[in-house]
Amino acid sequence: MAIAEVLDKTLSIKDVAVNGGTNGAAGGILRFEAHSKKATRFGFGEGLVVLGERYENVVVIGGDITGSVMTSYFRDKFPDRFFSMGITEATATLVSAGLALSGMIPFFATYGAFASCRNTDMLRISLAYNDANVKIGGGHAGISVGEDGATHQALEEIAIVRVIPNMTLVVPCDYLETKKATIAIGEHCGPCYIRFGRSDVPSFTHEDTPFELGKAQTFREGKDVTVIACGPLVWESLVAAYELETEGIDVRVINMATIKPIDRSAILKAARETGAIVTAEEHQITAGLGGAVSEVLAQECPTPVEFIGVKDTFGGSGKPDELMKYFGLTSSDVKTAIHNVLARKK
Amino acid sequence: MARLTHQIYPITTGFHGPSRPVPNPELIKKYGYEAFVPFKNSADNSDEDLQAIAKEIRRDIVRELVEAKSGHSGGPLGSADIFATLYFGGVMRYDPKNPWWPERDRFILSAGHMCPVLYSTLANAGFFPKPELLTLRKFNSRLQGHPGRDMGLPGIESSTGSLGQGLGIAVGMALADKKVDKNGRHVFALTGDGELSEGEIWEAALIAAHWELDNFTMVVDRNHCQIDGRTEDVLKLDSVADKFRAFNFHVIECNGNNISELRAAFKEARNTKAKPTCIVAETFMGNGVSFMQDDYRWHGKPPTPEQAEAALVELG
Repeated sequence: MAIAEVLDKTLSIKDVAVNGGTNGAAGGILRFEAHSKKATRFGFGEGLVVLGERYENVVVIGGDITGSVMTSYFRDKFPDRFFSMGITEATATLVSAGLALSGMIPFFATYGAFASCRNTDMLRISLAYNDANVKIGGGHAGISVGEDGATHQALEEIAIVRVIPNMTLVVPCDYLETKKATIAIGEHCGPCYIRFGRSDVPSFTHEDTPFELGKAQTFREGKDVTVIACGPLVWESLVAAYELETEGIDVRVINMATIKPIDRSAILKAARETGAIVTAEEHQITAGLGGAVSEVLAQECPTPVEFIGVKDTFGGSGKPDELMKYFGLTSSDVKTAIHNVLARKK
Repeated sequence: MARLTHQIYPITTGFHGPSRPVPNPELIKKYGYEAFVPFKNSADNSDEDLQAIAKEIRRDIVRELVEAKSGHSGGPLGSADIFATLYFGGVMRYDPKNPWWPERDRFILSAGHMCPVLYSTLANAGFFPKPELLTLRKFNSRLQGHPGRDMGLPGIESSTGSLGQGLGIAVGMALADKKVDKNGRHVFALTGDGELSEGEIWEAALIAAHWELDNFTMVVDRNHCQIDGRTEDVLKLDSVADKFRAFNFHVIECNGNNISELRAAFKEARNTKAKPTCIVAETFMGNGVSFMQDDYRWHGKPPTPEQAEAALVELG
């Protein structure tokens, strides 16, 4: 079932993760329902404003598309701490490193395709090897940029960023979590990368939904199989889990918002308790979240894994919903993967 | 409003073994490093004083490289006068006893492969013990083949080595100082001339000029040599001065092997308002060692023990 249909039918997923989960909400109940739709980039923009109000040394670097990646919120509120660098992604990253080495907390955001691929050498040496306290925002992640097509669709970011030592990588699942994650990386010392998208996606977390950098959150308990997802695929996985209830399949859903450092214990616990894993991401399967999870499992707890993600191809133009369907990133694809992995489990 | 202070001095995260290499005591004796007293940084140092310091920096470069058995000779020897003026002529503010002094000026070596000259300069200023120079490029040394900030060597402000990147980092530092903290710090950076092929250099130049960073001075070590040959044969570059003028820099051309011209250039750079400065310093690769002078084949190789001996004799 596509996101739009879920919203149209005002289906909601409630009371899915309960007491005693790994989410730290002792005795509490997590409620997930698609209460609205909002692009995650707005969470990034709002998070920056919160940081700007809290800390005088938070600065933002503009890469000409400030209105697209919502750094415009910060620019309008704190013009003295906003620096335009034009269309110089690589050098804007270097300048950010210099700002950080002088005690600033710089955020530089642009399209993720350029923030990661064009910038790899800068991220590697000037940011990570320098251990510079820079935060990179990769906007228009995955295929959510839709009509702009393959050149602007960042499908390699997770692979590129997570291979670089010292980096922290966050892929939040909805608008509100993006806001929390933005604030969290601002207050964390060290180079960080946050990935967010352009098109509207369901908002389903709440102010009290736990978020901690480096910790996976169990959004739904289950004992038959675990879906480990990030970004907009978390919602698709929750929908799939909800629908599979009618088939008597009990699906655990883990939101792996921090890809690096990855929460090894949550992965191993899920593998030991459910015996089958599906990973789901809006990214190349190769070396993405699926790769990261598999590295942990192969080493410590070999478990059948199925992967949801883009299968070694470039993107293309189209409406985000059309593309998600074409590239196999919907809840029904997650359901198919769950069936497949369960067959392998037996 | 609070200031969230994260660590801005190096933490050692990188490649570290259980202990640092210790140079052979006989070598320390051979090069007279036991009795070394650091040089002072002062505007009162005469041109002759600075020439003598430049000579000592050159001697150290030869000693480091012959012991390392690999590394870059030509650029470091050619630029020793620039370093002597910058660090010992009262141009730059720093305190070797307190290397992370918040009010210090910063120097970024964008041409990271030229680090033997920077290491020699820092050791001669007293940032770290001079015998450590003899560990250049050795396993576990703080003196990596290209500067690594993760090694925690005092005086190294940034890791550099991927050419073209250091300039942008220096511009970022100058931006923080001028536009946010509004302190009086000045940022210096040095690039090679072959390095100017890198696109990031010109992006950084656009940015420095746009933000009118008059607290930023870059020096181009214009020795007309790079690994494959003369710069004009590998990828035509002239005129460097015209190019930076067109980028709205204040440009100063000088003889980069002449102390008094360098002093005047740095003074002019510090007094320039509303524009960043580019000093195009014409140097000879391998300057001071006759058999290396102006020969691009000395870009990336160390002297043999015999050549080092001859060079040290020539350097006095």
